[in-house]
Amino acid sequence: MAEAIAEGAAVDTVPKLLLRNAQQRGARPAIREKDLGIWQAWSWAEVATHVRDCALGLAALGVARGDKVAVIGRNKPRLYWTFAAAQCLGAIPVPVYQDSVAEEMAYVLEHAGVTVAVCEDQEQVDKVLSIADRLSGLALMVYDDPRGLRDYDHTRLKSFETVEATGREVAARDPARKAWLDAEIARGAGSDLAVILYTSGTTGKPKGVMLTYDNVIRAAINGIEFDKLTDQEEVIAYLPLAWVGDHLFSYVQSYAAGYCVNCPESGETVVEDRREIGTTYAFAPPRVYETLLTLSMVRMEDASAPKRRMFNYFIAHARRWGEKILNRESVPLGARLLYGLGEVLVYGPLKNRFGLSRVRVGYTAGEAIGPEIFRFFRALGVNLKQLYGQTEASVYITAQPDGEIRADTVGRPSPEVEIRIADNGEVQFRSPGVFQGYYKDAEKTAETKTADGWVKTGDAGFFDQSGHLRIIDRAKDVGKLASGALFAPKYIENKLKFYPNIKEAVAFGDRRGFVTAFVNIDLTAVGSWAERNNVVYASYQELAGHSQVYEMIAGHVAEVNRSLSEEPMMAGAQIARFLILHKELDADDGELTRTQKVRRGFIAERYAPLIDALYDGSTLADIRTEVTFEDGRRGVIAARVGIRDVPTVTPVKDLAA
Amino acid sequence: MRAPGENTAETRQAEVLLSVENVSLAFGGVKAITDVSFDIRKGEIRAIIGPNGAGKTSMLNVINGFYHPSQGRITFKGQQRAKMRPSIAARQGIARTFQNVALFKGMSTLDNIMTGRALKMTCGFFWQLWRHGPAMREEVEHRRHVEQIIDFLEIQHIRNQAVGKLPYGLQKRVELGRALAMEPDLLLLDEPMAGMNLEEKEDMSRFIIDVNDQFGTTIALIEHDMGVVMDLSDRVVVLEYGRKIADGTPAEVKRDQKVIDAYLGVAH
Repeated sequence: MAEAIAEGAAVDTVPKLLLRNAQQRGARPAIREKDLGIWQAWSWAEVATHVRDCALGLAALGVARGDKVAVIGRNKPRLYWTFAAAQCLGAIPVPVYQDSVAEEMAYVLEHAGVTVAVCEDQEQVDKVLSIADRLSGLALMVYDDPRGLRDYDHTRLKSFETVEATGREVAARDPARKAWLDAEIARGAGSDLAVILYTSGTTGKPKGVMLTYDNVIRAAINGIEFDKLTDQEEVIAYLPLAWVGDHLFSYVQSYAAGYCVNCPESGETVVEDRREIGTTYAFAPPRVYETLLTLSMVRMEDASAPKRRMFNYFIAHARRWGEKILNRESVPLGARLLYGLGEVLVYGPLKNRFGLSRVRVGYTAGEAIGPEIFRFFRALGVNLKQLYGQTEASVYITAQPDGEIRADTVGRPSPEVEIRIADNGEVQFRSPGVFQGYYKDAEKTAETKTADGWVKTGDAGFFDQSGHLRIIDRAKDVGKLASGALFAPKYIENKLKFYPNIKEAVAFGDRRGFVTAFVNIDLTAVGSWAERNNVVYASYQELAGHSQVYEMIAGHVAEVNRSLSEEPMMAGAQIARFLILHKELDADDGELTRTQKVRRGFIAERYAPLIDALYDGSTLADIRTEVTFEDGRRGVIAARVGIRDVPTVTPVKDLAA
Repeated sequence: MRAPGENTAETRQAEVLLSVENVSLAFGGVKAITDVSFDIRKGEIRAIIGPNGAGKTSMLNVINGFYHPSQGRITFKGQQRAKMRPSIAARQGIARTFQNVALFKGMSTLDNIMTGRALKMTCGFFWQLWRHGPAMREEVEHRRHVEQIIDFLEIQHIRNQAVGKLPYGLQKRVELGRALAMEPDLLLLDEPMAGMNLEEKEDMSRFIIDVNDQFGTTIALIEHDMGVVMDLSDRVVVLEYGRKIADGTPAEVKRDQKVIDAYLGVAH
């Protein structure tokens, strides 16, 4: 199939990139998966063969240009191949969040009008089957892992192997089909629709963002040039396929740069698999870095005293000098030498644990990262950078160039991206990556995208003196206290979440007299603390309500207030009262989005009695909430939640005055 | 989950894998089991239920040769057995898990499951010592099998962790893995879901069904959770004070007045 690309023809679609890679670097690994404990690799040439077989198979089973192909599952080579196979035929892949419940999935599949659903395993097949009667167009289901599916009705259900075998058969019987497929690939153009990505939607129903090849490939190539990525990079693919970041970093960019994508063995082995691979280019939402930090802090608490002292000493040293060394600033020789010793004793082993030893470029995106967490990793010598992006922009809006890293900005506009700040403080951008529109929703498209191509991000921000963009919060979330002081909830929440004991926080205060907060404790960290302090508990709820836990969290909140008081913009918005929620915020209950972002409005509604109690001065509040268990059943949790007052700190300059 | 009794029709004709005839077991004056007869058919999931002290675990111990019945006969794969040791039972294809997890706590998940393959190793001590050649080939083969079990039970993430540190639900899963590593014809599960939460129970139920379905392994299980028993098993035998009081499909057993009185509570 190598002869398919004519000399000089534009490589403007992902399938054409695949052909180019198979030709230019056919023997290099394209994708790996750990299976039965061993890393299995496929070269670009092999991937091209699989994709061709799969495409011919799908075509033989009725997939045609313009069809929508749902892809549901975790990061598996075959699911990525399905993207490419569908695109070869001019069909449009629609990746779906694999942990969505059947109800949510039904909406996306119905809205997109999918005709084929490619599922990872029995779990996903069952989900699709349970809603199949609502999907009139669904003609074919394909599965990757056959386990448990043997006795299913196979009239409309095929294994991935069968699809590929069908493709091989077709090609063997009729060589003209191969030429036909090459022609189909050649027919694809940059302006064709490449993918529809449904945004998880912090509010309302998911929206299908339509991106063309020109969008994703231009964005991918700009990213590659910005970070000087080569075909030697190793990345690990573990974020949802339906997330634009994964689609770009693990699929389009991999095809564009020719680097290798590694699929972990299971969701729980990511940290270990990352360590084995030694990724050089990493991306993760802040939560992943938070978890890494929490885990290692918990482990250090359990370590022996000398080790703990050594750890604390060198971490303190790294916090002081590490970032300066990484930024190539001038640092005294003594500090440099001590940092070198720390590298051997602490930082190196720690980075190895995290699987970040070889990272050249690490991005955090999706949400603002707590500055303390960000600095911690940079202090260790990990080149962690912030990226600000959106599905509607094919990821890139701004990114931090090497050497210009600051915890509180998201960097300069990415190549070919124009940014303007609207009068209400909202950030708007225009770039080659800008999406075509929301699928079947012209109204929403018009709300978000202006006629001349500017997209409203919905985020409030401003450019600082150095030309870096600073995002404060969602434009609609940033509010004012009754006193007129600026209230940016996410800013406060991130400060709280820096403490390993606090997993999630939700701050309230817009148009109110003072700021209050809900806190979720981190069961790993607080559980380990409880074990060491002989605190007995039977459940999350009991631990969350424990008076000693309240003491501890109150201490953290007081520290946050002190830190807020040092910042002139934020000093007015200190936390006066807080409570610890009796249950963990959960995406299954609609409290978090599938990408684990807090759904503020929903939470405020659901826990209205608790918010009222926070503001009416009571010290106890009763709450009943409906929860959804992992098996989809519903139940009710009733609890009595305690509320604490926390002293606020008067800013230093006020004291002086 | 399949409908209860769905494949009873096919199992009805199936051959009997193990039959227990008029078995009694006494420890001195204590009669643990009195004159119990039942059979286990090839490919079915057979549950043994009963109140505490009914003799369920004793029954499993008799089946895998740990106890010797004072009276009665046990026939496994058409072969009647006289005196029996657990090691012989294991060699014949009976594997089990225990009510209280009995793993090697200091060893990793992988090594624990590897021990399940011990009976299948054929290379002698000196070959093992030399390691290269046949011993290595054999080890690789066994390791492949063990990895398939790890994949099957979805415990990749704890492959190299010491089992003593694992939560209880996972330890139970590792124990199941070790029993599966023996590729048994008959798998005895002693309260596989005791002390588990709802989610762990559901996982374990699915694994049991999958084992039965995919490997065709015959399973005899003791379980207290009635919902689980009714959903999983093809047939149920009910013991009370060492005697059999009922035997049949879950639906039949559920209706049996003696069972209701003894176990499920008196109906109002």
